[in-house]
Amino acid sequence: MFQVRFHGRGGQGVVTAAELLSVAAFLEQRHAQAFPSFGSERMGAPVVSFCRIDDKEIRLREPILEPDALIVQDPTLFKAIDVCQGLKSTGYLLVNSSRSLSELHLDAIANRLPAGHVLTVPASELALKHIGRPLSNAALLGAFARLSGIVQLKSVAAAIREAFGEKIAEANVAAATAAYDAVAAASAAA
Amino acid sequence: MLKQIEGSRAMAEAIGLCRPEVICAYPITPQTHIVEGLGEMARTGEIKNCEFINVESEFAALSVAIGASAAGARAYTATASQGLLYMAEAVYNASGLGLPIVMTLGNRAIGAPINIWNDHSDAMAVCDSGWMQLFAETNQEAADLHIQAFRLAEELSMPVMVCVDGFILTHAVEQVDIPEQADVDAYLPSYEPVQVLDPKDPISIGAMVGPDAFTEVRYLQHYKQTLALRLIPEYAADFKSRFGRDSGGLLRSYRADDAELIVVAMGSVNGTIKDTIDEMRADGLSVGLVTLVSFRPFPTEALREKLVRARNVVVIEKSLAVGMGGPLANNVDLALRNVAGAPQVHSVIAGLGGRPITRTSLHRVLRRALVQPWEGSHFLDLNEEIVAKELHYVRKVRRSGPTAENLLRRLGQAADEAAVKTAV
Repeated sequence: MFQVRFHGRGGQGVVTAAELLSVAAFLEQRHAQAFPSFGSERMGAPVVSFCRIDDKEIRLREPILEPDALIVQDPTLFKAIDVCQGLKSTGYLLVNSSRSLSELHLDAIANRLPAGHVLTVPASELALKHIGRPLSNAALLGAFARLSGIVQLKSVAAAIREAFGEKIAEANVAAATAAYDAVAAASAAA
Repeated sequence: MLKQIEGSRAMAEAIGLCRPEVICAYPITPQTHIVEGLGEMARTGEIKNCEFINVESEFAALSVAIGASAAGARAYTATASQGLLYMAEAVYNASGLGLPIVMTLGNRAIGAPINIWNDHSDAMAVCDSGWMQLFAETNQEAADLHIQAFRLAEELSMPVMVCVDGFILTHAVEQVDIPEQADVDAYLPSYEPVQVLDPKDPISIGAMVGPDAFTEVRYLQHYKQTLALRLIPEYAADFKSRFGRDSGGLLRSYRADDAELIVVAMGSVNGTIKDTIDEMRADGLSVGLVTLVSFRPFPTEALREKLVRARNVVVIEKSLAVGMGGPLANNVDLALRNVAGAPQVHSVIAGLGGRPITRTSLHRVLRRALVQPWEGSHFLDLNEEIVAKELHYVRKVRRSGPTAENLLRRLGQAADEAAVKTAV
């Protein structure tokens, strides 16, 4: 089982992000379970959501306490809460930022995880460019598909097309594809 | 059709397939998404011949459903928590009048203190009101139970509550096989009421009944629920033959046939318990599970048959009868009453007000039950430190203030102290 925890702030769409990832996995004939953190959400407050992916039925209903991956929509959360709590030593960390890991003071975390498992991606900038609004979900999921390989980009794109109308969907798919390519280029350079 | 779908939406689609004619509900978290979905489907015509009625309260919601059902319409509503309490008088009327309404209960704690999260307090508050109560383990089962519930309700002319864990199921996105309309039509015949208000053939429903017949009316209500003990497995078997899945029934067991220790639980926590049992079995421990689907009627004989060979039974439940203990544990005791050599029953109160029930905590409590079983109620993951501090404070200070606010303040202090320690 592969478990992903999403961190964001109320209004950034962490719940939608987890749902989209679960649909992408479902489209690959896998079992997936997405669920919110069940809080009284309000705009701007730290919020989390979860997604489990497995090849067999998922029966577990506890929150994800030891994630295989973290997707962080807002890098300012690192100062507010213990984002990396429980992250497995083999885990992945993907952060929405145009800044480097060192600039975000994430070197210590990066050193604890396998090489190439920690990455920043300018998802908000890519979203502004392709969608016209700083909605980072699609770009983060595109980047995550390349970083982790847990789902394919075409499944992320299909999940986006299921969720949104054609015009918005295509803009989001473009953002996801650009982020996927950016990660591919970064890993080729490394 | 297999879909990756939010639980609430899956339930709405399944309820729509049952061709309800009147839907009437008032929004309350965490049930709201279900009736939002149904409202949309009624408006777009996806559900045909269906009137969605907006009302001003839960009391009105169920009252409208009662009127609609008495007039011969297939009626549906949904609620949770305080909403259920607000309609409590109508809850008893629906069952007392023998009206086959189906209601989804998005299980949620009851205040005070106000809490929007999941437990089974709301279902327990009305468990003896004459409604049947079926508890879903997964969103697939939640969807399927509604289809079975309409058939059961209408066959017996008695209302059914489908209980689904708030947030944990209602807000989870997972795969659900949504049945085809033709298959649901073949399984669920159209509603043929046993009593109907018709201006052309007037009758009265709701007579005042004195001591001369009240006991008999109640006895017949009780008798109908004993008939449901036969119908529930029969309808689940028919459902399986048509749809190919195990959904519903009175109860299910998991690795329990040879188990020394059997866990009994209701609702979505059963999945986490199954994973825990697999891990304990891998360690050579003899543990199994009985998942109770039907809480009302209570399947006394079927449960006794499953439990009687075990040494210990641990009942894990998301409810507390204050001053007594676990209501489900108490009911399980009933199944073992007067049985020679019956297993010992141990009660665990867990998941109140949405506290997560984790495998780690389940391992701890079940392993303890194997070596050191306890009497009374065990409160899973109770924060004994803040409880002890509060008890000490209350003993010293007469005007000690509100308990909830005091505990929140203590939690805040503990968090601050931990933060200072980390910073140092």
